[in-house]
Amino acid sequence: MRRLEVLLCSGTACLSSGAQEVKKALLSSLAAHGLAEEVRIVETGCMGPCELGPVMLIYPEGTFYIKVRPQDAEEIVVEHFLKGRPVARLLWREGAPSPQELPFFSRQRKVVLSNCGVIDPERIEEYIAAGGYEALGRALTEMSPEEVIEEIKRSGLRGRGGAGFPTGTKWELVRKAPGGEKYVICNADEGDPGAFMDRAILEGDPHAVLEGMAIAAYAVGAKSGYIYVRAEYPLAIRRLEEAISQARKLGLLGEDILETGFSFNVELRMGAGAFVCGEETALIASIEGRRGEPRPRPPYPAQSGLWGKPTLINNVETFANVRHIIQNGADWFSAIGTETSKGTKVFALAGQVRNTGLVEVPMGITLRELIFDVGGGVPEGRKFKAVQIGGPSGGCLPEGLLDVPVDYESLRGHGAIMGSGGVIVLDDSACMVNVAKFFLEFTAEESCGKCTPCRVGTQTMLSILNRITSGEGTEEDLQRLEELAQLVKSASLCGLGQTAPNPVLSTLRYFRDEYLAHIREGACPAGVCPALIHYRIDPELCRGCDACRRACPTGAISGTPGSPPYRIDQSLCIRCGACQAACPFGAIERLPGRKG
Amino acid sequence: MITLEIDGRTVQARPGQTILEAARAAGIRIPTLCYLEGLSPRGSCRLCLVEVANWNGKLVPACATPAEEGMRVVTGSQRLKELRRMVLELLFAERNHICSICVSNGHCELQDLACELGMDAVRFPYRFPGLSLDASHEKFVYDPNRCVLCGRCVRACSEVEGAMTWGFAGRGVNTLVEPDLGGPWGESETCTGCGKCVQACPVGALAERGVATAEQEKRPQVLAEVTERRPRV
Ligand SMILES: Cc1cc2nc3c(=O)[nH]c(=O)nc-3n(C[C@H](O)[C@H](O)[C@H](O)COP(=O)(O)O)c2cc1C
Ligand code: SF4
Ligand code: FES
Repeated sequence: MRRLEVLLCSGTACLSSGAQEVKKALLSSLAAHGLAEEVRIVETGCMGPCELGPVMLIYPEGTFYIKVRPQDAEEIVVEHFLKGRPVARLLWREGAPSPQELPFFSRQRKVVLSNCGVIDPERIEEYIAAGGYEALGRALTEMSPEEVIEEIKRSGLRGRGGAGFPTGTKWELVRKAPGGEKYVICNADEGDPGAFMDRAILEGDPHAVLEGMAIAAYAVGAKSGYIYVRAEYPLAIRRLEEAISQARKLGLLGEDILETGFSFNVELRMGAGAFVCGEETALIASIEGRRGEPRPRPPYPAQSGLWGKPTLINNVETFANVRHIIQNGADWFSAIGTETSKGTKVFALAGQVRNTGLVEVPMGITLRELIFDVGGGVPEGRKFKAVQIGGPSGGCLPEGLLDVPVDYESLRGHGAIMGSGGVIVLDDSACMVNVAKFFLEFTAEESCGKCTPCRVGTQTMLSILNRITSGEGTEEDLQRLEELAQLVKSASLCGLGQTAPNPVLSTLRYFRDEYLAHIREGACPAGVCPALIHYRIDPELCRGCDACRRACPTGAISGTPGSPPYRIDQSLCIRCGACQAACPFGAIERLPGRKG
Repeated sequence: MITLEIDGRTVQARPGQTILEAARAAGIRIPTLCYLEGLSPRGSCRLCLVEVANWNGKLVPACATPAEEGMRVVTGSQRLKELRRMVLELLFAERNHICSICVSNGHCELQDLACELGMDAVRFPYRFPGLSLDASHEKFVYDPNRCVLCGRCVRACSEVEGAMTWGFAGRGVNTLVEPDLGGPWGESETCTGCGKCVQACPVGALAERGVATAEQEKRPQVLAEVTERRPRV
């Protein structure tokens, strides 16, 4: 008799923090107590709160355990499963046994992640039991391709790969493009550093992506499809391969699907890892075996894509939405979200926020709700400063814009983008010039080098930013930086260059004072840029213990043990901060500005 | 036939023709650098950017964008002029373009563009990458410090000569054109020594051996002359 179900998160993060070891320990404790038949362990996809892993959810009562170690297994089995007393020290928040009561979960709206963390992604039976492949059946047997496209158009679904192009319109373009052979490509390259939404979907619910692709193929008139997936995602690749073979066995992929005469085959292609290969034309070049380099559009892939044929290319999350729309109807879907942005979006919360990890929220939720309700706000003692949203090409929005709704137009209007859904919360310890430089370093490094504005422009912007952070910037530099940013944005060939200036432009817009402080006052207000800070020993607090002098690598500190205060020779100081770390009395402060 | 408007003039184009081809046929000049007649368009230098008024002023490379019915193209707005000047500045700042000591001085497309577009000063820091010269080939010399990464040599070599000696390596600002995935050119097993790359190169990066300063004249039109004689596929 099954009494309990343990949903053990087996996303990449929980696996690397030891989910498999926890599983082994649980299994042996269960066996030792004769509970092997009563408690079933289901390995699921990512549940979201990745930093707290390994996490598990116990049904039917819904107890949520975090940071479970193998040595906790015995206690969980004895105390919880046998005696019915949840192990309090493993609960996420004391006295909140059910995840539904935690705002992290309650403010979320799971559509594409509805199966992630719930079903075993390696068993197609579980997917089918959860309503999987019903939408494909309905589309193939009850709807014409045009009706499918109409439904997707009416739903208002827009591409989740970044640009937000209306999905139904794209499908229609491919359907109407002249040419017999057509292709469907799923973009699973996910090159944004820190992004793992697509990985979570592929690992946690691979069939949802396959089903979405099959419905799309039916709608546009394609017989074969490719999933272009990062080679760095071995678990996603394994689960996809497994899912494809299971679906083929049941006649849900391959020839004559569900005996309707419709055939669709899917193959995997591994991406080599360059960020730019996620750009659709570069991705297509890469599948064709050419250098992964974008080309000018038009012609768009819908007109001339893979091997010159009309090609539909959509993102993983876009495809994962499709079955829900076909199953529940366009009206149901378009009731979620805002006027122009429908449905939900998965975000990866990171940075100075209490709850980091993967979250799915309705479009239109405000940044404040996303960061403070779902994310739990910035940690104790820190102050919110900005949120960088949209991945490395996203913009930084200040506190005054926290009530902006999260949708494509609002974000773009304020200088940020939806991008793939990266959200990094910055607190008052961040220097915004340095933040802009950090992101630009990434995009400049990842520029493919094909077009002049992106190749040379991003590097030149970077050298100007380096001058500013090292205290050599002028106001003329600031003007050049702005001009260059506009050039790179408007004249670059692909989206990489066109969006790379966003971090610079948005910080110039909202945090210009900070740039000016670096330039005019030679000070980094946040105390981050080493050239523009100094250390000072507070004579009141110094006890003359000599710790700082011993820690200093350049001999910049002098003093006699026992006779405070010690002193820093600013001309020798390299502002490494070793003294501050060494002082047991907190007597050394870091201050903005070059010298004391 | 497609009818479009370029700078207020009504212009005809055959289906498949680009904005650039339609403009040239109508005698309207658009600056280009990476484009070379006879080779496939690459759309990478961005000097031929034009505005399409009825696409919200979207900027597209004239060399690589098919002409479309009803398009209204602007080729010479103030915005475009400034943008092209800045792109040129970036090209000059990227490597080592000191005309007075260059074999192509006086016969250089980059230099001509600077004059045409009125780019008389570079406001950005020069990068001077100090790349090493490849003088290993018996007939030619390659100086990557003068390369503008237009890729005309790469396309001439693969599309017209069929040797595929030249290719791109690296990425971003470290991109280089290299023979046989990393020289020396003189030891290339694929190079036929035909010299099409040298003729295609718009600047002094690829030159004939032994030419002195300002002596290198080129005939980039040979690429079109060769391809025009070929049967169309
Ligand atoms: C530099 C660059 C990287 C990109 N990376 C990805 C990616 O990793 N995944 C993705 O789905 N789309 C990526 N895109 C967007 C794709 O070009 C394309 O717009 C998208 O896959 C279309 O799918 P959608 O309409 O479903 O969003 C990238 C675009 C650029 C310019
Ligand atoms: S914008 Fe950047 S990444 Fe895109 S084609 Fe140009 S150089 Fe390559
Ligand atoms: S000539 Fe068109 S982009 Fe270079």
